[in-house]
Amino acid sequence: MRVSKNLLEISRLSKRFGGLPALSEVSFRAARGQVTALIGPNGAGKTTLLNCLSGVIKPDAGEILFDGANIAGMSAPRVARLGISRTFQNLRLFPRLSVLDNVLCGLTVQAGDSFLEALLRLPGLRNRERRLKLTALEALNTFGLADKAALPAGVLSYGDKKRVEMARAFVSQPVLTLLDEPVAGLNPEETAQIAGLIRQMRMYGKTMILVEHDMEMVMGVSDQVVVLDGGCRIAAGTPDEVRVNPLVLEAYLGRMSLTA
Amino acid sequence: MRGWERAKFFVIRHRTGLAVWVLAIILLLTPLVVNNPYNLGILNLIGLYVIVVLGLNLFIGYAGQISLGHAAFFGLGAYGSAVLTAGYNFPAWPAMGLTAAVLALVALALGVPTLRLSGHYLAMATLGFNYVVHGVFVQWDAVTGGPAGLSGVPPLSILGFAFNSDIKFHYLVWTCALAALTLCLNLVRSGVGRGLAALAQDEVAAATLGVNVQRDKVQVFVLSAVFASVAGSLYAHYFGYVNPDGFSIFKSLDLVIMVVVGGMGSIWGTLFGVALITILPHFLEFFETYMDIIHGLILVVILLFLPQGFVSGLVDYFRMRVAKRRLKLGAVKGNTSL
Repeated sequence: MRVSKNLLEISRLSKRFGGLPALSEVSFRAARGQVTALIGPNGAGKTTLLNCLSGVIKPDAGEILFDGANIAGMSAPRVARLGISRTFQNLRLFPRLSVLDNVLCGLTVQAGDSFLEALLRLPGLRNRERRLKLTALEALNTFGLADKAALPAGVLSYGDKKRVEMARAFVSQPVLTLLDEPVAGLNPEETAQIAGLIRQMRMYGKTMILVEHDMEMVMGVSDQVVVLDGGCRIAAGTPDEVRVNPLVLEAYLGRMSLTA
Repeated sequence: MRGWERAKFFVIRHRTGLAVWVLAIILLLTPLVVNNPYNLGILNLIGLYVIVVLGLNLFIGYAGQISLGHAAFFGLGAYGSAVLTAGYNFPAWPAMGLTAAVLALVALALGVPTLRLSGHYLAMATLGFNYVVHGVFVQWDAVTGGPAGLSGVPPLSILGFAFNSDIKFHYLVWTCALAALTLCLNLVRSGVGRGLAALAQDEVAAATLGVNVQRDKVQVFVLSAVFASVAGSLYAHYFGYVNPDGFSIFKSLDLVIMVVVGGMGSIWGTLFGVALITILPHFLEFFETYMDIIHGLILVVILLFLPQGFVSGLVDYFRMRVAKRRLKLGAVKGNTSL
């Protein structure tokens, strides 16, 4: 089979909430092994797009071709099974579970879902659990959290929680990872740390879609930038192209520099 | 010294299994200490309810849903066995299996449509279900014996050995209860259990990680119905008769209170919750007279101050405090062993 350069091809994706269009015929492509950033002012439709991609909401129209197959309208667990993982803008960790268990939840698909096997705790399951635990500990190590594995996730600092969520999203060796504002609310030092992790994951060949407001960070880690405004795609290109695009400056960066 | 370290490692690694064995040995020896039939009877009742409440606790604590109709499943298990064995001379063990299988299908039929919707539709559906089932027990004289119930249910037996006394039944019911306990502990320590714990805390996040939220909720509900049914069958064979009194919606509420006292999602806490609520009215007359008021108070006070339930709420509180202290002291640095 021909392997396309593009892992993800979104065409004419639309979603309305009530009467309000959140996405209007948005199209773009994300290449394998690259970081595609989605930027735009608040309400531009970035999170709605991620929610459509991860199966949290169903788009009204349009196609999402993932590895050549249309996944638009698929349920979240099915999308997860295809190898798409994500993080959330407002953290969605499981506060009462330990950090290790949170990351192990990222391996739900690999852990299997047979009730009978789980109830009887068959030997195969024991061995698999041991292997998964090692995988999760390795991921914690990569994300600098090994010393906090046994703590309940709820007590961690905000920056640590963000990294636990990233570890949970990457632990399963996903094909595509959606990062929703991974550095929102972090200080410059923590931001640099996360940017470093994103670059590291890109080096490992991971494909990522990044929604983010921090322009410096976006320009530093992305291969391609797609700009949304009011639910429409207004520009796309390399960070340098987008930086000087007059439409973008007007819709987004201009407003930013006035307020900043 | 090395032998000591290895023993320590063994205990840590097999702590859950060892805890079950310790409990089994204690229960094996209890009849030596608790030898009057009255106390042994209470202990047997605790064993029966432990089976029901373990299943219910998985459903409330892990699926994050409430069933207000588990007394109906318990009652249908009891009546199923009683009608089949006393009325139709059916052999006891197949009757128990058949009843449980039918109730699994009933739970499936109740759960599939209602668990699809968000909100507590299942709570309402099970409440109505319990009401109807109790009504049938009372009204359908020809089969259920009406308010007087059915008697003449034979005791269970294995290869001619009949469990026909309190002490013999003690070993039967606690073997079943420990089996149920082991199954539940296995489930919560697996990927399926983590998925359930995840979906109770955040359904959207769980779904994006690949947890099949709807299906898992239904499966836990069916499992809890089967546990309740088996416990009901044991109940019928133990007492030798059944009547509608013990299977009303108020019994369902008592079962929920047992879960709340034990703590949502706490398997070990369940033992405590069931024991406390079962023992209270037997030892303090005051509690027997004002039981409903006291149960209501217990429920309100616990849910106000420890919404996770009494035992697991306290455990969580201290776990969080210890973790925060360790974070503050910076003591977690260097502690990479797990």
